[in-house]
Amino acid sequence: MKFLRHAAAGAAMLLAASAGQVWAGATFDAVKARGVVHCGVNTGLFGFSAPDDKGNWTGLDVDLCRGVAAALFGNAAKVKFVPLTAQQRFTALQSGEIDILSRNTTWTTQRDTELGLNFAGVMYYDGQGFLVPKKLGVKSAKELNGATVCVLPGTTTELNLADYFRANKMTFKPVVIEKNEELAAAFFSGRCDVITSDASQLASIRAAQASNPGDFVILPEIISKEPLGPVVRHGDDQWFDLVKWTVYAMLEAEEKDITSKNIDTMSGSADPTVKRLLGLTPGAGKALGVDEKWAYNVVKQVGNYGESFDRNVGMASKLKLDRGLNQLWIKGGLMYAMPIR
Amino acid sequence: MTIPQPALPASVATAWWNNAAVRGVFYQVAVLAGVIGLGWYLVSNTLDNLATRGIAAGFGFLGREAGFGIGESLLAYSPADTYARAVAVGLLNTLIVSVLGIAFATVLGTVIGIARLSSNWLIARLSTIYVEGVRNIPVLLQLFLWYSLITEALPGPRQAFNPVSGIFLSNRGFKFPVPVWENAHTIAAAAFVAGCLAAVLIHRWAKRRQDLTGQPFPSVWAGTAAIVGMPFIAFLAAGAPTAMSVPELKGFNFVGGGLISPEFAALWFGLTVYTASFIAEIVRSGIQAVSHGQTEAAQALSLTRGLVLRLVVLPQAMRVIIPPLTSQYLNLTKNSSLAVAIGYPDLVSIANTAINQTGQAIEGIAIIMAAYLTVSLSIAAFMNWYNKKMALVTR
Repeated sequence: MKFLRHAAAGAAMLLAASAGQVWAGATFDAVKARGVVHCGVNTGLFGFSAPDDKGNWTGLDVDLCRGVAAALFGNAAKVKFVPLTAQQRFTALQSGEIDILSRNTTWTTQRDTELGLNFAGVMYYDGQGFLVPKKLGVKSAKELNGATVCVLPGTTTELNLADYFRANKMTFKPVVIEKNEELAAAFFSGRCDVITSDASQLASIRAAQASNPGDFVILPEIISKEPLGPVVRHGDDQWFDLVKWTVYAMLEAEEKDITSKNIDTMSGSADPTVKRLLGLTPGAGKALGVDEKWAYNVVKQVGNYGESFDRNVGMASKLKLDRGLNQLWIKGGLMYAMPIR
Repeated sequence: MTIPQPALPASVATAWWNNAAVRGVFYQVAVLAGVIGLGWYLVSNTLDNLATRGIAAGFGFLGREAGFGIGESLLAYSPADTYARAVAVGLLNTLIVSVLGIAFATVLGTVIGIARLSSNWLIARLSTIYVEGVRNIPVLLQLFLWYSLITEALPGPRQAFNPVSGIFLSNRGFKFPVPVWENAHTIAAAAFVAGCLAAVLIHRWAKRRQDLTGQPFPSVWAGTAAIVGMPFIAFLAAGAPTAMSVPELKGFNFVGGGLISPEFAALWFGLTVYTASFIAEIVRSGIQAVSHGQTEAAQALSLTRGLVLRLVVLPQAMRVIIPPLTSQYLNLTKNSSLAVAIGYPDLVSIANTAINQTGQAIEGIAIIMAAYLTVSLSIAAFMNWYNKKMALVTR
């Protein structure tokens, strides 16, 4: 077995060569010295990460990366976005091509351990659903026996799909295409009866790519838990901490009603939590190894979680997704920031 | 033969480090050590990096349950099968599309290549347009074109074209009736193999008899009779079962019958059409490489046109054709990995999925590389054997 491992390792000499250089220093120091965060995003998922009509990357996943840049450099613009397919994403992170993977990626045991990665929180609690044309007349996912299903390869979605059909003693025929756009095009041309993905993605595909979004319906069954969050690789806990607390800062700001618009008027607040968040009571910044105004910069330049949600996927966007599970814990959702102190 | 060296006077005897033989050995050893050292450095560096990142290495994942579905497979496959089986399904899919692509590209390419030499103005021009148009457009774009033609232009399964009862053409592919496999079919298949063997033996015997006695034997007809007749008779003798599996629309899709999926069709057409344009040029150059004097000389011997082509022109043209043709076969096989773009579950597509689900990128890439290397070397070995067989034998 040792020989086989050597043989396999030898076969990927290029990987080794490129890996050697990026592992020279800890990620945190490397990013700081470089002056720009390399952020892996989706090749085009409207609402989460997609270039707008001016070519600027926008979306919920994109905002997290901008937030990290704001916390580290005090400038949310210091991000280089690297669009990745589902199949490329982990290799890109492992090899050091990117520093954060913020690409609607589901948190699973295997990814968290065997792949050598750490999930730094959850940006969106999602679940897998099915999108079908209304004219198919299907009311429930249980009626999908024998269907041809469009699905992205190399995703948890692909595995959940097989599990769900097996559990319900149904058969299906997968059509797997690597790129989101090509896959959606195959679905809308009628190559598949149904396309499956995280429900938020289905809403995104329907809003952005259907000629008439009203002709398509998302079936009521949600067949999986898909907590989507930013990912970093093992080996640098300081970097892991920074990404994690950037997520919490965005949540905590929403909980305390601090927005990008009113943040400058909050400096007179008597609330000790607000004062710690804005860096008026120092401590958290030093602990993270960044400026004390880190959270201020995140909220001022990117916005709190609620603002980002509304703007990208919520009621102020084309997707019109309900907050649902992604509401703050005080309003009945699952979004809960650890105390910043 | 050694020529005795005149003994050199001691004063001009070269030092050992100036000895050409010693230097030769030294440089070879140095280069070898350098290559091995570099290889060892890269391998150990990779293993170190994998360990640093806590990524598990090894091929153990192949025995685990794959858990994902595959759209089309010749082997029985379900998501409960192992990664090893999934990879085998992918390899088989790659082989099928390569073999069919090579076969059809050769036929189409030969026809187009000969057509370019036609004295008919229209046929020659159309062939030229085909060759210049097709070979100058990237094959990936052509695959996208074929795939979108098939999925966009054809109707859904419920409105499928149904030209003959049992045959359906829709954006789910081409469905056709197939016989239900029974013992009789296995016997017929065995008889077919036996027929092919018999044809070869008949041909050899006929050739030897003609060489010895000058008496010709219609070995082509006899061979064809053996290849077609033997399975036919065996099939009848085994009871000639006529049960057919006919596709019918049930729920979302057709059930039963055989299927050529849109992904397979797009890849197959795309690779065939693209490679045929190169093969056409190779065939044309091969034929033009044979001097026209050869044809005239053969005609002067009052050989028929067919015999001139078969005995004089083609054997000489083949010597020019085979080496570049081998390259095209290898290209087609390797281009089949573009399947990933249009969703045909070939080796690369499935291995990529396995890499993503398990994170075993290095092992996965090693499997892909080993598989392509094996397939390509096999094709090259076969073509080299064929080339040697066709090479001009000097007497």
